Amino acid sequence: MARVKFLCDADRCIECNACVTACKNEHEVPWGINRRRVVTINDGKPGERSVSMACMHCTDAPCAAVCPVSCFYTTNDGVVLHSKDLCIGCGYCFYACPFGAPQYPKVGNFGSRGKMDKCTYCAGGPEADSTPAEYAKYGANRLAEGKLPICAEMCSTKSLLAGDGAIIAEIYKERVMKRGYGSGMWGWKTAYSDSPTG
Amino acid sequence: MSIPLSTLRAVCAAVALLFAFTHPAAAQLSFKPTAEAVQEDKLLNALKEGDKITGRISIPDPMASSLIQPAGRDWRDFQRRQLPIIGGIALIGMFALLVIFLAVRGRVRVEHGFSGIKLLRFASFERFTHWLTATCFIILALSGLNISFGRTLILPLFGAQTFSTLTAWGKIAHNYLAFPFMLGVAVMFVIWIKDNFPSRLDWVWIREGGGMLRNGKHPPARRFNAGQKGIFWIVVIGGALMSVSGWFLLFPYLPANVTALQFWTIIHAVIGMLFMAAILAHIYIGTIGMEGAFDAMGTGEVDLNWAKEHHALWVEEEKAKGHAPVGSSPTAIPAE
Repeated sequence: MARVKFLCDADRCIECNACVTACKNEHEVPWGINRRRVVTINDGKPGERSVSMACMHCTDAPCAAVCPVSCFYTTNDGVVLHSKDLCIGCGYCFYACPFGAPQYPKVGNFGSRGKMDKCTYCAGGPEADSTPAEYAKYGANRLAEGKLPICAEMCSTKSLLAGDGAIIAEIYKERVMKRGYGSGMWGWKTAYSDSPTG
Repeated sequence: MSIPLSTLRAVCAAVALLFAFTHPAAAQLSFKPTAEAVQEDKLLNALKEGDKITGRISIPDPMASSLIQPAGRDWRDFQRRQLPIIGGIALIGMFALLVIFLAVRGRVRVEHGFSGIKLLRFASFERFTHWLTATCFIILALSGLNISFGRTLILPLFGAQTFSTLTAWGKIAHNYLAFPFMLGVAVMFVIWIKDNFPSRLDWVWIREGGGMLRNGKHPPARRFNAGQKGIFWIVVIGGALMSVSGWFLLFPYLPANVTALQFWTIIHAVIGMLFMAAILAHIYIGTIGMEGAFDAMGTGEVDLNWAKEHHALWVEEEKAKGHAPVGSSPTAIPAE
C-alpha cells in the first residue's frame, strides 16, 4: 500500500498561488479558509524561497493525538481525515498542528469557531465516496476517482508533488542531484520523523 | 523609413556583442542560485524552543504566515504524556490521601457535642457567592476533565456520536460558565480578603497540624484558620490564573499566536488539575471530614461548640460585637 505525501520543491516554486486557487475552486472552500497557502521565506532578499504548504498528513498526526473527541482517522493511504459530524470546534488540532493546517469557518469568540476544515488530500471524508453529502462537507474526492490532489496536478513548474512518498522523494533527489542544489523537503522531518518508514 | 538596413544590422550586432560580452560575465558573478538560498534544515536547526519558521503570505490571516512550528509536536506530547500523569497524581493522589485520612483519623467530631445554640458564620450574600462559584467550578471541572480525559474514559462507554454531542455541550457550558465563575472569585476576594491576611496565629495552627491530628487539641483561630486562608488564596490565585489563561482560550484571536495559545493551554490544564485537587480536599473537610462544618455554608449558622473549638478567637470577637450569645448555657434552644 502506497503511503501518499506532499513534497514542495521550493527551488521550483514561483509563488503563483495556482495550487491555492485550484484547491479553493475544486472544493468550493468558503471565504476565509485556506486549505493550502504559499509562504515566502526571506521575501525580497537574495535566496528567498516560496513553499506551498497544506496538511502534511503526518505520521502520528498531532491533531489526531490531541482531539478531545477523537474525530480524526488515517486512511490506508496514510491520508489524515476527520469527521465534521464529531468535531466540536475546540481548536486543539490547530494548537498541535506544526503546519497551521486546521482552519475554522468563523473567527467568533467564545470558542464558536465552527467545524474545523483542512486539506483532505482530495480524499473527501467519512461519508460514502463522491456523494453530495461528502462534497458539501469535505469537497471533491479525487482520490476515489483515481486522481491525485488538484494542487499538485495544477502546479505549472511541477514544484508541488503528490503521490507515493517513496516515489516523490526519489524524483526530488534526482532533481537535486542533477541541478546540484535543493532547499530541502519542507516539513518532512517534522511530519514524518516519528516513524523511519514514514 | 530612411534608416538603411546595413545600419540597423550594425546596431543589432553591436547590441548582441554587448550582451555577449557583458551579460554572461555579470551572470557568472552574481547568479548563484544556491549560495544564499534558504535551507529548511538550517532554519530548523536555528529554531529556538517553541519558535517557528515564518514568512510572508498574501492572505489576510496573520497566523497563516507560520510555515512550520515543530513545537506543535511537543504540545501533542504534553497532552498525551505529561498531562495524564500530572492530572492522575493530583486527583487520584488527593482522593487516596483523603480516603486514608478518613480511615486513620476518622471524622473530626464536635467534642463537646452540639450545644444547640447557633451562631451566624456566613451571611446569605456570602453563601450565595460561595455556591455560585462552587456550582460553576464543578461544571467547569467536569467539562474540563472531559476535554482532557473523556476520550479515554468516557468515549468507549457512549460511542463517538453521543460523546461528541455531550462534549460539545460541555464546551458551551465551560465557555459561558467561565464568566459567573470569574465574577464569583472576584466577589469572594473582595468580601473575604480582610479576614485572610496571614498572621502569627497561622504558624501556631500549622505547627499543631490544625488540631486535626489529635483529638481535643484545637489551636486558636480568628474567623479563618490557616487552612481556610490557604484555600482562600488557592481559589483567588488559582482562579486568577485560570481566568487569565482561559480568557485567551475564549478569545483565541486576541493573541493570534499559536505559541502563546499553547502556553496558555498548558497553564490552564496544569493549574486546573492542581486546583481541582485542592478543592477536593476543601469539599472533603467541609462535608464528611468534619462534623458541623457544612452548616457554615448550608444554613450559614454554626453550632456554638463547633465555633468555640475551631474558631475560639472569632467567637470572642463576635461576643464582643454582641453578635453571639454570651452565656454558653443551652437555655435558648428552640423546641425543634
